[in-house]
Amino acid sequence: MDDALRLDERRAAARPIAPPSKPRRSAIRENGVILAGLGALALVSCVLFMTIDARGAWGFVLPFRGAKLAAMLLVGHAIAVSTILFQTISANRILTPSIMGFDAFYGLIQTVLVFFAGAAFAAALDPKLLFTVETITLIGFASLLYGTLLSTGARDIHRLLLSGVILGVLFRSVSGLMQRLIDPTEFVVVQDRLFASFNSVDTTLLGISAIVIAVVTLAVIRMLPVLDVLALGREPAISLGIEHRRMVLIVLGIVASFVAVSTALVGPVAFFGLLVASLARVLVGSREHAATILAASLLAAIALVAGQTILERVLGFDAVLGMVVEFIGGIVFLVLLLKRGTA
Amino acid sequence: MIETNALSKRYGDTVVVDGVTLSLPAAEVTAIIGPNGAGKSTFLSMIARLLSIDTGTAHVCGMDVAKAPSDALALKLAVLRQDNQIVARLTVRDLVGFGRFPHSRGRLTGEDRAMVEEAIGFLGLQDFAERYLDELSGGQRQRAFVAMVLAQDTQTILLDEPLNNLDIRHAVAMMRLVRRAADELGKTIVVVLHDINFAAAYADRIVAMKNGRVAVEGRVEDVVTETIIGEIFGIEASIRQVDDQIVCLFRR
Repeated sequence: MDDALRLDERRAAARPIAPPSKPRRSAIRENGVILAGLGALALVSCVLFMTIDARGAWGFVLPFRGAKLAAMLLVGHAIAVSTILFQTISANRILTPSIMGFDAFYGLIQTVLVFFAGAAFAAALDPKLLFTVETITLIGFASLLYGTLLSTGARDIHRLLLSGVILGVLFRSVSGLMQRLIDPTEFVVVQDRLFASFNSVDTTLLGISAIVIAVVTLAVIRMLPVLDVLALGREPAISLGIEHRRMVLIVLGIVASFVAVSTALVGPVAFFGLLVASLARVLVGSREHAATILAASLLAAIALVAGQTILERVLGFDAVLGMVVEFIGGIVFLVLLLKRGTA
Repeated sequence: MIETNALSKRYGDTVVVDGVTLSLPAAEVTAIIGPNGAGKSTFLSMIARLLSIDTGTAHVCGMDVAKAPSDALALKLAVLRQDNQIVARLTVRDLVGFGRFPHSRGRLTGEDRAMVEEAIGFLGLQDFAERYLDELSGGQRQRAFVAMVLAQDTQTILLDEPLNNLDIRHAVAMMRLVRRAADELGKTIVVVLHDINFAAAYADRIVAMKNGRVAVEGRVEDVVTETIIGEIFGIEASIRQVDDQIVCLFRR
């Protein structure tokens, strides 16, 4: 701080203030090569997924695979963005909406519906209407539960993590109990809804999911500068004029919408978000959400589409992508946890 | 200009700040001193809208902090709290740039960048400007945060223990900077300090708090006296005048 100590002399010499630095490039431009590379990889994965081993009429193959591809891209994007947003408002790199019990809560909503209204009633309802109602319920409860947890300035990571894990277990246990109590045939209905996977994507909800994701993503894009400020933490953000509580609730609503979409389409995926969010930060840093979110979304697309292509077409066996993703994601989670413990 | 009227905060049955009514004039440095748990930081946090106000009101530059829009207040009031931990990986220049958010909403103009460089220069951080915050010492990081607050360019600045983590050389430089911001730029500055001698040397006005109330308030020479300091901190202190500066000595 030599200069600061000599402030008076400096002023006496009437030295002009330091010239403005040259404009720093935005994080997207700075990482242009990496992002373009990721984009190209994602595109190649999609093309390969659509074309490899395509037997029979294109008129059948393309819509069939296209629906699956669309679902994977939507889900990947939803999980990636929701994880990064949740980590921003919780000021923490370990939590994901899934670890905090968001998708378990979504499962509970569905179980409760079948439990009280009956499978026949649930099946008779328009799935799109049902999805909308479930999403709104999830947003409401997420704001109530996690809003209080986060906006009280809970900087205690362990308490936050513990609360999330306990809430998740609670939701899963209550769902489990109800599923055991209901009629076996109704249980099949619930199971069918909850245990979707990348192989049995629920295509009836593709359209509405795409709309929800488009709207919510637009909201995220509008909020990008605010998100960067929120990442500074509660007190600096307030000092810079952010209405912290309101913003946290809005972001929670966005996260809940993303989670609802991804859970409705393929079911819960616990560690996938953590994996792509951490990888994105390693690749493009965390200065600007614009770059981090874009990278995470592309990484998610690559991981899901390329992974699924390899498993389905190359290795020739199905239904394990989720497992592989969880396995790698779980290891990343442990590494992050241990690193934090020693830091 | 900061005015509070019967400002209070309680947690359960414990009253932390108890009906504080103060009027702190513009373009002056006010130091808040007092023993641990006197409610200094809580008081500051309420003025800065970081904590909700239970009863009473606080006005900064004529704006009611509980009612005025947060973004409008951010143009008039900047605050720095004690422990600042940021999960995002930012360089010093990135962080200081955030100080311009209330003015430019994230899109830095040429003028914003000039202000950022000026603030970095004021705190002698030129050599660290491109370093990441997690690569800096506690004192350097502390100065980076103060630079962000300066870049915000507000009439009022609240600093909660800004001398934490600073060695004596940087502590002196920091207080000179505070002094200069008030004298030359006409800023209103409120600092929570633990060191009575720093308060006596650099502040215009001292507010001494105890048990959530204002015990004494006034010019330095009226507050830093043996009876008052002894009463507030419960210690025996000798106050001497050395080279027209008031110093406080603690008896063994």
